[in-house]
Amino acid sequence: MSLSLANTIPLSSQMINLCAAIMLLIGFAMLAQRRVLTLINLFMLQGFVLFVSTLIVALSTDQSHLLWSAGLTLLLKVIALPYILHRLIRQLSVKWDIETLFNIPTTMLVGIALVVIAFNVAQPISQLSGTITRATIGIALACVLLAFLMMITRSKAVPQVIAFLAMENGLFFAATSATYGMPMVVELGIALDVLVGMVILGVFFFQIREQFDSLDIRHMERNKEK
Amino acid sequence: MIELAFVLAIPFASAVLLALFGHRHNAAEINSAGSLLTLLAAGFLTVRVISDGPMLLFTEQFFVDPLNVFLIALTALVGFTTSLFSRPYMRVEHDHGRLSAARLRLYHSMFQMFMCTMLVALSTNNLGILWVAMEAATLTTVLLVALYRTPASLEAAWKYFILCGVGIAQALFGTILIYFAAERVLGHEGGALLWTHLDAVKTQLEPTVLSLAFVFLFVGYGTKTGLVPLHNWLPDAHAEGPTPVSAVLSGLLLNVALYAIIRCKVLVDGALETHFAGNLMMGFGLLTVVVPAFYLSRQKDVKRLFGYSSIEHMGLITFAFGMGGPVASFAGLLHMTVHSLTKSAIFFAVGHAAQMAGTQIIDNIKGLIKQSPTIGWGLMLGSLAILGMPPFGVFTSEFMILTTAIKHYPWATPILLTALGVAFASMFHKVQGMVFGEPTVKPLSHNPALLPVFVHLGLVLMLGLWIPPYLAEWYRQAARLIG
Repeated sequence: MSLSLANTIPLSSQMINLCAAIMLLIGFAMLAQRRVLTLINLFMLQGFVLFVSTLIVALSTDQSHLLWSAGLTLLLKVIALPYILHRLIRQLSVKWDIETLFNIPTTMLVGIALVVIAFNVAQPISQLSGTITRATIGIALACVLLAFLMMITRSKAVPQVIAFLAMENGLFFAATSATYGMPMVVELGIALDVLVGMVILGVFFFQIREQFDSLDIRHMERNKEK
Repeated sequence: MIELAFVLAIPFASAVLLALFGHRHNAAEINSAGSLLTLLAAGFLTVRVISDGPMLLFTEQFFVDPLNVFLIALTALVGFTTSLFSRPYMRVEHDHGRLSAARLRLYHSMFQMFMCTMLVALSTNNLGILWVAMEAATLTTVLLVALYRTPASLEAAWKYFILCGVGIAQALFGTILIYFAAERVLGHEGGALLWTHLDAVKTQLEPTVLSLAFVFLFVGYGTKTGLVPLHNWLPDAHAEGPTPVSAVLSGLLLNVALYAIIRCKVLVDGALETHFAGNLMMGFGLLTVVVPAFYLSRQKDVKRLFGYSSIEHMGLITFAFGMGGPVASFAGLLHMTVHSLTKSAIFFAVGHAAQMAGTQIIDNIKGLIKQSPTIGWGLMLGSLAILGMPPFGVFTSEFMILTTAIKHYPWATPILLTALGVAFASMFHKVQGMVFGEPTVKPLSHNPALLPVFVHLGLVLMLGLWIPPYLAEWYRQAARLIG
């Protein structure tokens, strides 16, 4: 049965499913990763997988605008943002920083629970989906939730921002692979926003360190309800 | 067509111009002039829509109908009055040495950019562009909130960015889901993100996907509206940014985020034919009215106080739109208008009061009315108006919301009344302390521009006593659209 099923599924869909699985795996890897430098490399890898899956969708469905968005992903997520992040951590000299995380196994277990939730939430949608990439919307949602969890568990500014960008990756994945591409103008706008946001945050890092002598968000607790 | 192009192009051009010349002495005048031109263009646009009806523009990417044209006009108006207020306000800040010329350039440029993003968000027909514009609005205001570069302002801006960034990412997921549902009906080329197209086929959209999409969109844009429990960024951002920014945040940005929710609600209502979206909005709306009401009495910072008050009013408006129906939607739209006018007027007065006292701590501001009667009276009247005293317009809209609640959801009425009562008691007490008593405040180095305060309050008073027929008709049309 499974063999015959595999034969009927086109290669492109199988590839997209593979990409989806890798995306999720990288999501978990980021959740457990404590080194800032490795985290950036993982983010770059996730961007690359996103690029590959978008390219596959573009080639298999013959939608030329998806080629553009694949190119955009390559340019932004694989080249520009990792470059900016690398330069930032060098300038901030946090390149070899290791973060103390609380209990990685627990975080991973919570992550697994989130994936289950994501699949459950996405189930009614997947059933409707005519495309064979029906699991992808669940996986995309899972990636978003994992990034969200990462954001909550991190206390340093740079990992928080990487988590934010990873969340954007999950959303892009949902947009391109699960629905076969949003209109181009929207993707352009989103890409622009992400880039501008990154630049603003880069400036912020320096300001925060200047004011607090640290990039640890826990140091800024002054505005709490007095 | 040309009117809308001007409405969007003028703020953008002003932003570019001010990015180049914003450090000059006359930057504030350029800022006001740009805002005035935007207001004029918005006025012409309004006249055009009244005479010709709704219109689709620029290959259907933009459209104007009774619902958004009144918000565009309101946004342009408050933007203009805020630019008038900010002229002396920012000069005083400059004199106090809190801002350098370069920061002023950033401020002026970003102020115009912020106006531009809000106007794009209001006028676009494409749900994707709406999202992009909302995110861009977040980015510009992050820069504005962090303008003073103090530890507290950096923290507020960071919190604002992370919370609203996460929130708005949820909204993007919701938008993708809507596209996912619509693409099956409209196809790839059918403009599956264009609101007018979606509205035409909303009954055919898949209900399960749409309800899930609405949850994400509601959480996402709700974060930006300041709905409890995702409201944490709002008081900080209001307290730490410059006061003109607090005024436009409260008066305009929250409205725009709410507008995004309403647009999505129309689609979901059509697809579901149940009251799911309305119930969600009523629940969170009610929570958002009650929680900040009890926080008000604990506030020591005057701008935080009014920040919490904004959260409360956003809750009330969300509740009104959640109830739905012609009267409640009418009341919601009216409340959006009067809240935005009143709250920005209050922030104008509060800004100068804080400058005179040299602090934002409520206990250290005393005797405003003796030192400067106009600021004192402006703050007093503004607070009375926002607390819902007749004959101001806030009373009218709150009365309509409450009577609709009594009729359809009687259980909600005591909760609403208690929250409004608690808010009244705690806020009135604090404002009284600031306005009366022996003065501790000093005069300002520049003459404050207080005309906007009284223009706004005058308009709110007028809306309380008499709503001009064409405006009422306009509200009615928009309310019909919302359903």
